[in-house]
Amino acid sequence: MQYIWLIPLLPGLGALVNGLVGIRAFSRRTSGAVACATMIAALGVSLLAFWELLGLPADARAYDVTLASWIPAIPLQTQSGMGSLQVPWGFRLDPLSGLMILVVTGIGTLIHIYSTAYMAAEPRGGVARFFCYLNLFCFFMLVLVLGNNYLVMFVGWEGVGLCSYLLIGYWYQKKSASDAGKKAFITNRIGDWGFILGIFLVFYTFGTLDFRAVQNAAGAMRVESAGIGVLSIICLLLFVGAVGKSAQIPLYVWLPDAMEGPTPVSALIHAATMVTAGVYMVGRNAVLFSHAPTVMLIVAVVGVLTALFAASIGLVQYDIKRVLAYSTVSQLGYMFTAMGVGAFSAGAFHLMTHAFFKALLFLGSGSVIHAMGGEQDMRRMGGLKKYLPVTYATMVIGTLAIAGIPPLSGFFSKDEILFRSFEANKAIWALAVVTAMMTAFYMFRLLSMTFFGAYRGPAWEGAHRVGAHLAADPHDHGHAAAAHGAQDSQAGHGHGHGAWHGPHESPNAMTYPLMALAVGAIVAGFVGIPTALYGGNTIEHFLEPSFTAEEVRLKPDTTTETTTGTTTETATATGTLAATETTTGAAAVTEAESVRSVRLQPDQAPETPEAEESHALLELGLMGFSVLIAAIGIGVAWKLYVTSPEIADQLAERFAGAHRVLSNKYYVDELYDATVISGTMAGGRGLWAVDRNVIDGAVNGTGWVTIISSWFSGLTDRTVVDGLVNLVGRVVEAGSVVFRRLQTGLVQNYALVMLFGIFAFVSIYLFMRAGTL
Amino acid sequence: MNHYLSIILFAPLAGALLLLVVDKRQENTIRWIANIVALIGFVASVPLWFWYNTANADFQFVERAPWIPSIGAEYFLGVDGLSVLLILLTTMMGSIAVLSSWTAITERVKEYYIFLLVLQTGMLGAFMSLDFLLFFLFWEVMLVPMYFLIGIWGSANRLYSAIKFFLYTLVGSVVMLLGILALYFYNHTLTGVWTFDVTQFHRLTDVPFNLQWWVFLAFFLGFAIKVPMFPFHTWLPDAHTDAPTAGSVILAAVLLKMVTYGFLRFSLPILPDASRSFVPMIVVLSIIGIVYGALVAMAQKDWKRLVAYSSVSHMAMVMLGMFALNPVGITGSIVQQLNHGISTGALFLLVGVVYERRHTREISEYGGLSKIMPVYAAVFLVMTMSSIGLPTLNGFIGEFLILQGVFVANKVWAAFAAVGIVLGAAYMLQLYQRTMFGAVENPKNERLLDLSHREFATFAPLIILAVWIGLYPKPFLDRLETSVAHVIARVNPQSTTQTACGSAPVTPGAAVATIASVEPSASAFLSQTPCDANGNPLPAAGQAPSTGSGQGPVGR
Repeated sequence: MQYIWLIPLLPGLGALVNGLVGIRAFSRRTSGAVACATMIAALGVSLLAFWELLGLPADARAYDVTLASWIPAIPLQTQSGMGSLQVPWGFRLDPLSGLMILVVTGIGTLIHIYSTAYMAAEPRGGVARFFCYLNLFCFFMLVLVLGNNYLVMFVGWEGVGLCSYLLIGYWYQKKSASDAGKKAFITNRIGDWGFILGIFLVFYTFGTLDFRAVQNAAGAMRVESAGIGVLSIICLLLFVGAVGKSAQIPLYVWLPDAMEGPTPVSALIHAATMVTAGVYMVGRNAVLFSHAPTVMLIVAVVGVLTALFAASIGLVQYDIKRVLAYSTVSQLGYMFTAMGVGAFSAGAFHLMTHAFFKALLFLGSGSVIHAMGGEQDMRRMGGLKKYLPVTYATMVIGTLAIAGIPPLSGFFSKDEILFRSFEANKAIWALAVVTAMMTAFYMFRLLSMTFFGAYRGPAWEGAHRVGAHLAADPHDHGHAAAAHGAQDSQAGHGHGHGAWHGPHESPNAMTYPLMALAVGAIVAGFVGIPTALYGGNTIEHFLEPSFTAEEVRLKPDTTTETTTGTTTETATATGTLAATETTTGAAAVTEAESVRSVRLQPDQAPETPEAEESHALLELGLMGFSVLIAAIGIGVAWKLYVTSPEIADQLAERFAGAHRVLSNKYYVDELYDATVISGTMAGGRGLWAVDRNVIDGAVNGTGWVTIISSWFSGLTDRTVVDGLVNLVGRVVEAGSVVFRRLQTGLVQNYALVMLFGIFAFVSIYLFMRAGTL
Repeated sequence: MNHYLSIILFAPLAGALLLLVVDKRQENTIRWIANIVALIGFVASVPLWFWYNTANADFQFVERAPWIPSIGAEYFLGVDGLSVLLILLTTMMGSIAVLSSWTAITERVKEYYIFLLVLQTGMLGAFMSLDFLLFFLFWEVMLVPMYFLIGIWGSANRLYSAIKFFLYTLVGSVVMLLGILALYFYNHTLTGVWTFDVTQFHRLTDVPFNLQWWVFLAFFLGFAIKVPMFPFHTWLPDAHTDAPTAGSVILAAVLLKMVTYGFLRFSLPILPDASRSFVPMIVVLSIIGIVYGALVAMAQKDWKRLVAYSSVSHMAMVMLGMFALNPVGITGSIVQQLNHGISTGALFLLVGVVYERRHTREISEYGGLSKIMPVYAAVFLVMTMSSIGLPTLNGFIGEFLILQGVFVANKVWAAFAAVGIVLGAAYMLQLYQRTMFGAVENPKNERLLDLSHREFATFAPLIILAVWIGLYPKPFLDRLETSVAHVIARVNPQSTTQTACGSAPVTPGAAVATIASVEPSASAFLSQTPCDANGNPLPAAGQAPSTGSGQGPVGR
């Protein structure tokens, strides 16, 4: 598995080739082919690596590779003494990252293929630019999941943010697109503030940034069940980062706007992979989080509230992609709920199944938008079932999966989460169930408005009708209206002269990925069939080692195979602790054991057969209940949007206030605009005024004071100082009048005077000399 | 190779002298000569990278000769890792600045290049001097050509800006000279030798705190003005805005580094106790500078002024890292000095490119340039990302090291300073959006030419460096190791000792036990830990612990 660094590198190379050469020289086909080829290669390598990983014994499924030194050792104080800040370019393949690379390369490849058709109408250089960014995104995403320390993860973390920024703003000429990109980047940066501080604190506490070392050291620490300790603060800071990246309350606002990007981007980045990075990060730090129950509760509460909140907004949206965006926010909330109640495996499991069905739904919506010539408003769709049979069939599968209908994938993962939250906290469970009902409702609403009923879209005899119709609809909220004109030309498809020939099924390059994802959405859940249904819950056992500290479960000799090399201290510690455990035996309730019992959930703990049975019964009961709930949601949607659509409008009128609040997304964007954004901008302008007037004013004031005082001293100079000088001059001049008489200029006079003088001196001399003698 | 440094130092001056005899109407000949001289200057300095011995903690390539024997001033040159990197930055940015002026300067071409080359020698001299008076000489030498560059070839408000720059800096340097003289006389009373030898000053121990304090204050005023630290910064946006492109590039990339270099070479090692006592004030001013510079940058309508204010913010970050007074913070601070030279230098070059085409710096005049100048937009994107500290580019390494170092010194400082990375993204992305994105609305922009080969050549080395430092900073960090260790050994030796503050020495085997037993409460955790930079009784400077390098006699 020495080669795992190839996995990110391959798409990285693709990005480089497309970026440096492709934009100038490649045809659309070539740039697409280069991008797809690198992704397929990366997928191949990932599969190979995953296969090798599976070949290892379950306890030893972890492999570190250090590619190069990044930050060489610099001495730095840590909490426990002198340490050294040292970070390698290191990658780590373990069950969790193994799962993630499969998701990223697998779904990534499909979306790359899909994009070759979806972006076919773009200008040549634009396509190469698109694939350059998309490949670059995969590069960073793979770095994120494979990094074996916090800093390498942060590289991927920020890198995917950059690519997200670039891809949301792919149609940069459109203001709304570049605004959305900027919003995404800056909102994420707010989260990164917490993440980076968390990293600093991790280093300060543990003296290393290596995941394995930190995990092991944290595993040996006390669970902070009462109050807040250092682990809690670390987890809280890291969670701030996750909230930004995974669009949770209060930083979720960027994700719905991110739908400005091309639909494949929404599918890959804003549904399947990047936005799940926060969930992945919490999972990566499972040991730390499970030692901080207070923060776990916060995670669960934020998660479930976000799930509910976003789902409620999704109930009334009309833009097909926005419904899916809010659904994504909501499902991410689900994953955090899972993480928060300690069901790390369930969260990661849902992450995987969600990646399949949500990518499918987004790509399906892309296919619809493509078919409708760029139309995204569901009120102008309807009845598309007969025009888009493949899209329709696959989207039904996706919808059933997300609604949690057995035996599709969403059922298993969502149910696992519901079951675990029921055990942990009934209130959280209740909210999650309400969310599940809403999810089923809005997804069937989407399906109904799009595919069932009568066709409400524009006629397609002439292209001019489209424009006329756009201007005619007063209900359309301004944002979508502005977008449509541009979308028509930009997201439009390659049908020759831009004329639109009516809804039609998409080309094979788009439908095949849909089918592949549909298969995934059906079968992906089978790896996690719970024991209650006589399944093995394979994925939970597979992932468990990634969520537990090593010394509890690992034999010391397996560490020799790895190549971390940075953590001798903790490695020693691992050995020591493992040794203690073998001597004391499992019976002794050591600190480490109590840690383990907190971390491992009850169904893992040894149970009597009867307890197990009642447990299974409970689980089955909950399952039945949630299926019932989903069915109710579906039924209501069916009633409201297919059989008697007038009820929906009546309801909207009856509850006009609530409807308005929901349609306007609780006015959160407006609130942020009015407070944080305006505040910052006003602060900037205010300080700029201060800078010019006060600070620079002081500087210029000093300058003026100098100038004025120099004017005064000039005045003094002229009057007083120069006056004195002139006085002296005048005195001298007056005196000179007398002496001037002598200066006649006649040589004879001078000679005469000289003669007198000599005579006088000689006489005096002689007299005096005579006198002395 | 006894005169290697002198060769690097005087190559630009020789070029300037050569230009003196060229007929001033031969403008292209002058341009060629200036470019070749600058390039030779850069190429000549490259071996310094390879020949510098990272294992040797002493100053290297030392040259020493009497200069004014009656007062003990010497011609004393020598370099350590810090100055090696800054010298290379200077020669590189110097040749880039010369190259960037080819078409931008059309009047008084001869004088322009002469000033530029003289300036280059002045800067190099300041980085090489180990004699304080010689340093001061070069420091003042830089001032004059810069004054003329702004005053003659600048834009609208150039005279005001040039005079402001000159006076402001001059005030600082006069005070600094007083400080130098105070040290000079103090050293004489102690040793009976009249000397300005910096390495001798580095050996002084137990300088009375009062003297240290006053001398530090004198240096601080001189340096703080030029960093520029809040609230002495207002000359910088004016000077940058009105200077010609090459002037802004040199000013941002090299001149500002002179002062951070001055802190590291003089203030911290010579005046360790005073340095520690000034930490709170400098930290507060730096944090204000980071946030303030960023917020004010956000309100700018003038492209160049925006970059200038970002400079204020970034330089405050550099100062903050330095005054974390631990190896990571100082290393980060030096790396960030290079980064700032690279990215801000490039950003000024980028403004210069469009200014040359449109003769306006108003952001609102632009928009949609991505469409018209795609290569330009790509370069701008890379440099924007470098400036806001995106990992895999250089800015991140600097910011990470600085903030990690600061965090260890004090967590609250780091939390405030890290706000800068959010605001930095905000104003840079806003600038990028307003200039590069959107539709082309101004017809004047429709026919703008993309980067020429010459212009691209000015950016290529900067991009390569940005990626290199971002991905593999080790060669740079290796070269800094002994310099940083030397500074630390003088100013804050505790930050590298083996003992944890307030606890027993930790042996490797007991590490986990310590970790496990540490359960600080939240309040204790947030309060300042006892081992941060200030407020500690420290052993007398010079009794450095066994960090292995740096405190031996320097020079030879």
